[in-house]
Amino acid sequence: MEGPGICLRTGGFVTHVRSTIQSVMDGVGLLYADYPLVEEDFADFHVSLNRPANLRRWYRPQVMFHFDGKSPFKPLPVEQAFPMFEWGLNWCVASHVYRYLIIHAAVIERGGFAAVLPAPPGSGKSTLCAALVNRGWRLLSDELTLVGIDDGMILPLPRPVSLKNASIGIIKSYVPGAVFSPTVMDTTKGSVAHMKPTEDSVRRVSEKARPGWVIFPRYQADANAELVVLPRSRALMRVAENAFNFSALGTRGFETLARMIDTSLCFDFTYSRLEDAIATFASLAAEARVA
Amino acid sequence: MMLEPLVLRVFRQPQSIKALTLADWDLLIRQARRSNVLSSLYAVLEENDLLDGVPPKPREHLDWSWIGAERHTQVVRWEVRHITQALADLDIPVMLLKGAAYVFAQLPSARGRIFNDIDILVPETSLGPVEASLMLHGWVSMHTDAYDQRYYRTWMHELPPMQHVRRQTVIDVHHAIVPKTAPVHPDSALLLAAARPVEGASNLTVLAPHDMVLHSAVHLFNDGEFDNGLRDLVDLHRLLTHFGKSPDFWPGLTQRADQLQLVRPLFYALRYVGRLLDTPIPDAVMTAAEAGRPARATLVLMDALFARALAPDHASCSDAFTAIAKELLYVRANWLRMPPLLLARHLFHKAFISPWNK
Repeated sequence: MEGPGICLRTGGFVTHVRSTIQSVMDGVGLLYADYPLVEEDFADFHVSLNRPANLRRWYRPQVMFHFDGKSPFKPLPVEQAFPMFEWGLNWCVASHVYRYLIIHAAVIERGGFAAVLPAPPGSGKSTLCAALVNRGWRLLSDELTLVGIDDGMILPLPRPVSLKNASIGIIKSYVPGAVFSPTVMDTTKGSVAHMKPTEDSVRRVSEKARPGWVIFPRYQADANAELVVLPRSRALMRVAENAFNFSALGTRGFETLARMIDTSLCFDFTYSRLEDAIATFASLAAEARVA
Repeated sequence: MMLEPLVLRVFRQPQSIKALTLADWDLLIRQARRSNVLSSLYAVLEENDLLDGVPPKPREHLDWSWIGAERHTQVVRWEVRHITQALADLDIPVMLLKGAAYVFAQLPSARGRIFNDIDILVPETSLGPVEASLMLHGWVSMHTDAYDQRYYRTWMHELPPMQHVRRQTVIDVHHAIVPKTAPVHPDSALLLAAARPVEGASNLTVLAPHDMVLHSAVHLFNDGEFDNGLRDLVDLHRLLTHFGKSPDFWPGLTQRADQLQLVRPLFYALRYVGRLLDTPIPDAVMTAAEAGRPARATLVLMDALFARALAPDHASCSDAFTAIAKELLYVRANWLRMPPLLLARHLFHKAFISPWNK
């Protein structure tokens, strides 16, 4: 990875990565172990993570993320190098790809239908997503939902699931065999760790899914699991607020979103216990099979 | 001698893409994206019926950039509409410059071209009312430092950039195409007199073809900003190729340059588009443009500096001297803007006093 770097194929995109930082190399080796190592002449994105060439190379060392030689972000403490790599990969897709409407949402699949979970940070979306993909659902993405502007299908982009603070401990006990990157403290989001995606989701990366549900999760202490039907017009506006390139895609963006909302069941979902949430989602999937 | 950047070769000879390997495409897309000409590349390939021959993966990247560019054109039209509404009561013709002008004049150079701000030119006597109207309609001056305000208003050829509070778009209001303090003075009255109307928009004009080319030349070779050097060179190439098809374009070009005191930038423009992009320029015009040729030693230096500054801002196109070349050209640009004493004072202020005032 130090010299010529490696090429990672994640779903529809190939990323060429170079780094001299140990935690990045270790993190990729650990969490991307199930991905095919490819040799590509053409990579969609070229990224590198390295220490800066100035004083911050040694004094309170930092890491810089470069996209083809240019740095779109400020440097971070070098301990945060692997999370920065993951955030950087998300940035690459969200900033350049115009074949898909890109929504800031987790998306999982069961029985051929996808459940899109948009949510602002802190709503518990990642915890819920991490739990569900270990209980019968396939991971399509924990962060970026890609809806095709041509066919309306969702393109899988399975990558390590990012978890914060208390959810790290919760998921570690909920899924005893799960593989995690070392927890990184003191980021702007608190403590951060990444969970290796399930082998099933990586293997089935080329299977697109049809949108089936749009569910806005909200964790609320001691609440009972409750699904409340959301009027489609409201659902559309709330998803649009969470879409990176909605405005940039203009009419196409609107039409793609409208088509997705039209063909999905839309809900607000409140919960506190993971088991309740798993059960609710399982019955949604069962109803879809019957229908 | 540096290798010719791949992206330059492709603009010069679009047919050369047929021989590219996938690894070549990887480099080409990166060079083009870094130079902000990826969507222009799409436009050139489309015009030459070459798009279908592009392999699927690089084609994806070209398509992405084109969707962004189409949206960009839409946004520009919308923004110019707001600007003309804001200035409608003043009853002065608003002249669009650069990118926005290409869009409204429906020139081939507009296709795929991305730019950040809208530039307009108005008579100097109208600056006050224009600024007031813009402020009433939501634009706010961006540089609040008193020194910067004075820099723009007293010495430069434009108001400080103004940003719209809601739309966050930026407008640059010029009264000339070259700063007041520069040694050359292309007369704005001449430019406005020769202005061409925009079809379908009653109070919008654009520069006449000769003036558009000369403005593009003086902007590229005198302003010292090379972040978009390749993009601006491609603009010049496309403008000259388009206008050059008309028989009455070439005869008056050098004469007009002389009238506007822009013979030196025209010399550089024709020299470098000819060399780097093979732009078809009649021999008679090249000969007449010799009037702008600098001293031999200067030309040798400029050739070396511009070769680097006009290359893509990408690691694959730089050598040990690229950074220095750009810095020297930046200094030269400042030299061309202001007399030495004023320049020294300006640089001193920016270096030592402005940071304290922030």
